[in-house]
Amino acid sequence: MNLDIEWNDNGKTQGLKLAGEIDAYTAPKMKEALLPLTKHEGTTIVVDLERVNYMDSTGLGVFISALKSTKEYNSDLRLVALQDRVRRLFDITGLDSIINIDSTVRGGK
Amino acid sequence: MEPYKFDVNNYRNLLKKYIASQDETSLYQAEQFSKLSMQHNISPEEIINVHIQALKELYPDLPVEIDSSMNFLLETMISYGLAYQEFQTLREKQGELESEISIAANMQQTLLSTTIPDIVGLDIGAISVPSHQMNGDYYHFVTDESNNLGIAIADVIGKGIPAALAMSMIKYSLDSFPETMRNPSVILENLNRVVEQNVDTSMFITMFYGLFNPETGSLQFSSAGHEPGFYYCADKDQFFEMTTKGLVLGVSDQATYEQFDITMESDDMVVLLTDGVTECRIGERFIDTEEVLEVIRKYMHLPAQEAVELVYRHFERLQDFQLRDDFTLIFLKK
Repeated sequence: MNLDIEWNDNGKTQGLKLAGEIDAYTAPKMKEALLPLTKHEGTTIVVDLERVNYMDSTGLGVFISALKSTKEYNSDLRLVALQDRVRRLFDITGLDSIINIDSTVRGGK
Repeated sequence: MEPYKFDVNNYRNLLKKYIASQDETSLYQAEQFSKLSMQHNISPEEIINVHIQALKELYPDLPVEIDSSMNFLLETMISYGLAYQEFQTLREKQGELESEISIAANMQQTLLSTTIPDIVGLDIGAISVPSHQMNGDYYHFVTDESNNLGIAIADVIGKGIPAALAMSMIKYSLDSFPETMRNPSVILENLNRVVEQNVDTSMFITMFYGLFNPETGSLQFSSAGHEPGFYYCADKDQFFEMTTKGLVLGVSDQATYEQFDITMESDDMVVLLTDGVTECRIGERFIDTEEVLEVIRKYMHLPAQEAVELVYRHFERLQDFQLRDDFTLIFLKK
């Protein structure tokens, strides 16, 4: 159970590529990487979840915090390439209606 | 072996023996000596002090430079002594905290305890098992004067003590809603505002709320982002997912909740659960919905309470008795 985070700094667009599992153990690591990026006005943060095969509700909590922070600092959060299992979590919890999710690129095997 | 006493004589003899023979046994005894000293809260500088005394007794003509250097060493060790004392205090405090947490966990159980009500024509079974000390899952039954049954099942995200406290808040809010407002979508909308105002940003709650009317068999329900339950229709001998749409509690104060309605006929059953059931892992693999329903089907002919317990035992075995998440399951059998 591990989470790798790759950070691509392209100025106004900040990319985070995650690989592995987001759970109670790895979510703090993601929070540490994600939250500071939301605090710059006008920045778009693109989180690539293509290689995340598991996420539990702790991970959702981090994305909710990040979303609230983007509202406060006027930045933008987008999630891309979610695997079906992860996408389902956002659907069930209704978070797909408030978080910008782009599933045109599907994640997974 | 004779026990070591913490005194200069003992130490001196040990030291003398070692200097003369330089053998392993004396070194081993020195190790025992230090362990015993720790047990008796002897600080490192006290040991050095004893060493200095022993050395002086053994070698009365000790060069003055060695003597001064030993005093220097003594001073240097004082901080270590303090750190060690602090460590001891922290260890005691940790023990106290652990026992307080277990008291809190017991209190949580008492505060949140709910009795399964007797409803004519409905057989209810419920089980909730935490994966750690404090349970983040919660279920609650309320009956009103017209004998309607309110059923809440919830999962607080953000684990541990804050989650448990949020649970208590939910329970008391639920109990304080007047009967005229006990309609699932209204209850969720009200709770959402309570949670949104009171709970920290990374914490949120998923909840299903249902209202069962025993006379008509109607079950009205709404869900705030909760894992969907299943409706078993006996006539068709089929399970249907109780698909709903609604945002988790505590994220936006604007959230509204759609209300749905099913009518339960004889031998129909409603299954409510949390993601601890559906996100169950077998080794590296996740269980799929079909497998969950198969297990439920295997036991559902039994009385509801017995059935939920057997389903739980089944999942517990699948996961080698190591729950990854809190597990809650409710059967409502008509």
